[in-house]
Amino acid sequence: MVAQESHGHAAPQGFIRKYVFSLDHKVIGLQYYFLALTAVFVGMFLSLLMRIHLVWPGASLPIIGEIKPETYLALLTMHGTIMVFFVLTTAPQGGFGNYMLPIQIGAPDMAFPVLNMLSFWTTFLAYLVMLSAFFVTGGAPLHGWTGYAPLSALQSAGPGEGLGADLWIISIALFCVASLMGALNFITTTLDMRAKGMSMMRMPLTCWSWFITAILGLLAFGVLLSAGILLLMDRNFGTSFFLPLGTINGQLTGHRGGSPLLWQHLFWFFGHPEVYIAILPGMGVASQLLSTFSRKPIFGYKAMVYAMLSIGLLGFMVWGHHMFMSGMSPYTAFAFSIMTMAIGVPSAIKTFNWLGTLWGGRVRFSSPMLFAVGFVSLFVSGGLSGPFLAQPVLDIQLHDTYFVPAHFHLIMGVAAIFGIFGATYYWFPKMFGRMMNESLARWHFWFSFIGTYAIFMPMHYLGMAGHPRRYSQLTEVTYLHPLMPLQKFITYAAFVTLAGQLIFLFNLFWSMFNGEKASDNPWEATTLEWTTATPPPHDNFGGHTPVVYHGPYEYAVPGAPHDYVMQTDPATVAAH
Amino acid sequence: MGLVLLCVIWLITLASTYFFIAKTWWMPAGVSSSAAAIDHQFAVTFVIMGIVFVAAQMALGYLVWRYRDQGGRGDYSHGNTKLEIIWTTLTIILFVGLNLVGSPIWAAERFRPAVDNATRVEVTGMQFAWYFRYPGPDGKFGITRPELEDPSSGGEAALGLDPKDPASKDDVVTGIMEVPVNREVEVILRAHDVIHSFFVPQMRFKQDAVPGLAIHMHFTPTETGSYEIACAELCGLGHYKMHGILKVVTQSEFDQWIAAHEAEKQ
Repeated sequence: MVAQESHGHAAPQGFIRKYVFSLDHKVIGLQYYFLALTAVFVGMFLSLLMRIHLVWPGASLPIIGEIKPETYLALLTMHGTIMVFFVLTTAPQGGFGNYMLPIQIGAPDMAFPVLNMLSFWTTFLAYLVMLSAFFVTGGAPLHGWTGYAPLSALQSAGPGEGLGADLWIISIALFCVASLMGALNFITTTLDMRAKGMSMMRMPLTCWSWFITAILGLLAFGVLLSAGILLLMDRNFGTSFFLPLGTINGQLTGHRGGSPLLWQHLFWFFGHPEVYIAILPGMGVASQLLSTFSRKPIFGYKAMVYAMLSIGLLGFMVWGHHMFMSGMSPYTAFAFSIMTMAIGVPSAIKTFNWLGTLWGGRVRFSSPMLFAVGFVSLFVSGGLSGPFLAQPVLDIQLHDTYFVPAHFHLIMGVAAIFGIFGATYYWFPKMFGRMMNESLARWHFWFSFIGTYAIFMPMHYLGMAGHPRRYSQLTEVTYLHPLMPLQKFITYAAFVTLAGQLIFLFNLFWSMFNGEKASDNPWEATTLEWTTATPPPHDNFGGHTPVVYHGPYEYAVPGAPHDYVMQTDPATVAAH
Repeated sequence: MGLVLLCVIWLITLASTYFFIAKTWWMPAGVSSSAAAIDHQFAVTFVIMGIVFVAAQMALGYLVWRYRDQGGRGDYSHGNTKLEIIWTTLTIILFVGLNLVGSPIWAAERFRPAVDNATRVEVTGMQFAWYFRYPGPDGKFGITRPELEDPSSGGEAALGLDPKDPASKDDVVTGIMEVPVNREVEVILRAHDVIHSFFVPQMRFKQDAVPGLAIHMHFTPTETGSYEIACAELCGLGHYKMHGILKVVTQSEFDQWIAAHEAEKQ
């Protein structure tokens, strides 16, 4: 907390220092947010092209032309990579975390503003490099976002495995560096920059979720960075980390002695914590919103914190559940399976506590709340397919079928996206000083909520029927033919759902300029960001430092003048 | 709004559950000795998770409607430690218990080697085809050498079979996989180039084929018929068309078939 004194920097003048190479965490947060917004529409567009090719393989599209099977795989790789890295990792943490963490803990900025700026611009560079893979000879890589070697390690393994694959790896390596810088900043800020009275156990659950996410990022991205560098060396400098003696189309690759499974271990050692990096901030936001809009303290604050901590810890011990069919020793499956089941326990605790928060509340159906309720529903639906996939014996049937995309899209994909939407509707008034249009927001919710189920619930059925994932067409394997109607239904649902997202886009930009003016605390919420001006001044609290007297979710306090007590309110003495 | 939300959540729950219970799209009937146990474990998991799914979604829909804001203040409660302990314990028992119940099935599938009299087939994946090799009367697979591989010639040449090795003389290489019914099949999975995955849904059998490894697995088909092998691990642009045929026949049909192939080798 000493750091605060020496930390403040004067408000910058001039456009470049203020909006482009800004040191202000709020501007950087918005930069991350709009980067992710661009990325999510690119990612959605790619998925739409995939859906079209899958059900109408010969179709020729305007401008793009016919999509070939290898193009489908390039789309698939880029969809997954862009969504996981540049949307699900970028928006909740880089975007909202950057903007809100310092304000919610009562700090004037992040601990290292320059590092923060570097972190964003490195992410931006990574994004440009990633997109450039589309435009080089051979196009984007076709090895999927998991980049399994040897497919990803040999230039001759397929189209897109030339320069496109190198750019893909370089982009991810840059992203890792950026995320490491960001993680350091988040951890230091949380530990060192809290205002007087803001003990760890008085932090909003959003801050806890960003803090734990940052720790996961610090430990996971370093591993992916190393793995990426090794892969790059295998591809370009003749090493054989991931390549055993082998051939491509009868031609010796010139490598020997490496292990394809090594890549999978390294990748998933990062990859599994990564799914929690994507979903933990969503959990934090859902907790914040459910408490605020139920007008009731969060049920079991401490249990929520411990649950997130144990998810973070266990998240590092379960990577092998992605590898039950990989040729890894079948004995290790026991350990990974038990740990994976164990991680279901804190997840279940969180769900119970969210339901407990609603119980006895006074639920207000503002748009952020709709998305929070949607988050819980999707978290339950996506979560409950977990115990199927956690059992190696069921993975014999389900692994690498559509059951897996059904599972992870519901939980780490769309549930996390609902967290982002909820956060957007909730904090938009604070960030832009205006309210978003409520009826458009409701339409957006219904399209997204019903559409998500229409797209991803049928994928479970496809998976059980044995439909392998990452097939560009159903034409060759005959037992897939009867599944075509279901695939078509999913494509139609995807069209409608994605059209619904245009409502959001319109609402976002329209409301920025034409929305109703927002007061400082439109949701009657209790946390620190609602005590300051809208939008917050450069130093967040206009020259003074807030002092915190209460926990973050003091709603329905008996005897208090309103049904909520701000964290900074010294007059009303509440229990926490 | 609370009522609409309740209705939509309940309807989605019921519709999703209906298609699971009606089994409109379901696993193909299992025809291997392990299918019954695997399907049973699936059914147990499905019933438990199904109940939790319906209960949680129904509760969510009900709670948002029941506790919609109708004025006044909510309950000032920060939680209930006793409840937390109860549902944590229940969840641990449920999840870990489910895992323990399923573990013996996994152990039976994967912890023991194939029996001695199993039909031995080496399955090799390469972009984008499966090749099957039988050891012939000597019971030994001949040596294959990567530098001899010639996929354009197909058959033995595609596998790089070394003609100088005496054990290779009687090896039979085929484009479809034929095995006798009710006898264990030992598959030795290999891959030349990238990772492939040998998946036969009806056999409840899946295993990756990894370059550099020879993975020994086994399954026992229990019904004659023709089944499709699909590649289940992304292996390149032709992944979707990398499929093969597994023919399960009677022992005598198999003996004739393999004898005919072996005769061709003389």
